[in-house]
Amino acid sequence: MAEQTGEAAPLLDMQNVEVVYNHVVLVLKGVSLHVREGDIVALLGGNGAGKSTTLKCISGLLTGERGEITRGSLTYDGEDISHMPAPARVERGLSHVMEGRRVFEHLSVEENLMVGSYSRKISGAEALSEIERVYEYFPRLKERRKSTAGYTSGGEQQMLALGRALMAKPRMILLDEPSMGLAPQLVEEIFHIVSRLRKDEKVTFLVAEQNTNVALKHADFGYILENGRVVLYGTGTDLKENADVKEFYLGVGSGEARKSFRNVKHYRRRKRWLA
Amino acid sequence: MPIELSFFLEVLVGGLLAGMMYSLVALGFVLIFKASGIFNFAQAAMVLFAAMFIAGMHQRYGVPFWLAIPLTIVLMIGVAWIIERVVLRPLVNQEPIIMFMSTIGIFFALIGFAEMIWGSRSRSLDIGIPQDPIFVGDMLFQSYDLVAGGIALVLVLLLALFAQRTRMGRVLRAVADDHQAAQAVGIRLSTVWVVVWSIAGFVAVVAGVVWGGNLGVQPVMVDVAFKALPVLLLGGLTSIHGAIIAGLIIGAGESLAEVYLGPIIGGGIDNWFAYVIAMAFMVYRPEGMFGEKIIERI
Ligand SMILES: Nc1ncnc2c1ncn2[C@@H]1O[C@H](COP(=O)(O)OP(=O)(O)OP(=O)(O)O)[C@@H](O)[C@H]1O
Ligand SMILES: [Mg+2]
Repeated sequence: MAEQTGEAAPLLDMQNVEVVYNHVVLVLKGVSLHVREGDIVALLGGNGAGKSTTLKCISGLLTGERGEITRGSLTYDGEDISHMPAPARVERGLSHVMEGRRVFEHLSVEENLMVGSYSRKISGAEALSEIERVYEYFPRLKERRKSTAGYTSGGEQQMLALGRALMAKPRMILLDEPSMGLAPQLVEEIFHIVSRLRKDEKVTFLVAEQNTNVALKHADFGYILENGRVVLYGTGTDLKENADVKEFYLGVGSGEARKSFRNVKHYRRRKRWLA
Repeated sequence: MPIELSFFLEVLVGGLLAGMMYSLVALGFVLIFKASGIFNFAQAAMVLFAAMFIAGMHQRYGVPFWLAIPLTIVLMIGVAWIIERVVLRPLVNQEPIIMFMSTIGIFFALIGFAEMIWGSRSRSLDIGIPQDPIFVGDMLFQSYDLVAGGIALVLVLLLALFAQRTRMGRVLRAVADDHQAAQAVGIRLSTVWVVVWSIAGFVAVVAGVVWGGNLGVQPVMVDVAFKALPVLLLGGLTSIHGAIIAGLIIGAGESLAEVYLGPIIGGGIDNWFAYVIAMAFMVYRPEGMFGEKIIERI
């Protein structure tokens, strides 16, 4: 996969990775992808395609779900991380914002952010000044700083999950379906913040999304996963113009588009059963 | 003050003081449960284990208490570390029931190990807490109960502060909410587990000294430590203030029942009455009176 231009070695390089759950269920069937420093890369695909599994495999959170890498290589910043425990990866600047937000529900918004700085071993005062920086990106979190996180809205929780990851001062964030269950306007707002973070804080992003439209609008590069394999990849603009993507993922084109999209879903679901 | 009232207060205060110790031991359970979802059956054995080491070192080798107690605390931290390495880590993704069963194994292993070293005979453990009665007006209190209750109260408050106010306490509550998300921010579960098992060990040392001083160091201490069970039923497994308040309710309820109901029913009531109180509450609130509210995701 040398299509991505650029001389320097990619920040993240995943080659031919296979992932198995419970020693039997083969979910990733040889996924290769790479992410250059400073890029926003979209990882697209429908339900069960393997997006979350890919991100967990990169962050090391597979072990908690009885998943393991059975084949392939995983390199971050030139280092083989395939067997490194998750906390050690966080210390190297690789943060994972999991699907479904997963804030610490019984902690306040501010306590969540405090815990986010855990890997850096900074003082309370330093953490507080970092929190102020996070509030600049998410003013709404500041208003709700004392609220119990579990009682904040879905959008606020998504912002909190992202803000909490920022507290670790990551070099790269793995962001899993930030759009899930949010109003279009909020989704747009969150992707806008992602773009700002890339520009101002030099954070690299790998974003898993079902919302192809929004993701490709902000991504430099994209991969499309289907049934545990990369079926298509290219620059954001190329993918947006690609006829198959348009038809199957963006739902534009002929008047039959909606119907065929549903057909594809059915087809894919069937394929999953057979796989 | 009428004599009935002062007698009532006497019994009540005695019960509350005993209840403070129950709260303390229950907190040992709660911290481990919050941090790992494990119901630590071995907690009661840890109390006897600690008491046997302190009494044994003192009697057999003449180690003074000011040294034997800290040594035992260090030993309990070592035990916590070994348990994490040998038992918890290999079982980390197993079902909760398997983890629970493994703590039953730890229960017997700890007692067996302590008996192997110190033998199974009972020993006295007198660290010099005064035993004299004290009169306040008409009311009679045991100074031992006052000192023990006071120690327990201070430790309970310190533990509550630890969980609410310190960095490690915040981390512990984060782990309690979501293990995986905690790992995703860089928290090592093994570190947190060693910390909570060490705290449970420390609690066991204190309970071992206090109860050992009263009852002597012998297997019946385990039964007393299990008084924390109805406290947990009542207060909820995840609530720190629940454990504190429930300990007081059980302590007071138990001694009031023994004095006022005991003669009617025929004595021996204190062994099971605590469970009756707890179950009566449970019918109304299965998650425990103060069990952490389950927040429904929106
Ligand atoms: N812990 C697990 N144990 C066994 N199978 C799993 C586990 N997690 C995921 N799977 C399976 O792996 C496949 C890929 O799941 P994954 O969550 O990676 O998909 P996804 O692309 O993130 O889907 P979605 O868009 O619905 O989140 C699915 O078939 C799923 O059932
Ligand atoms: Mg997913």
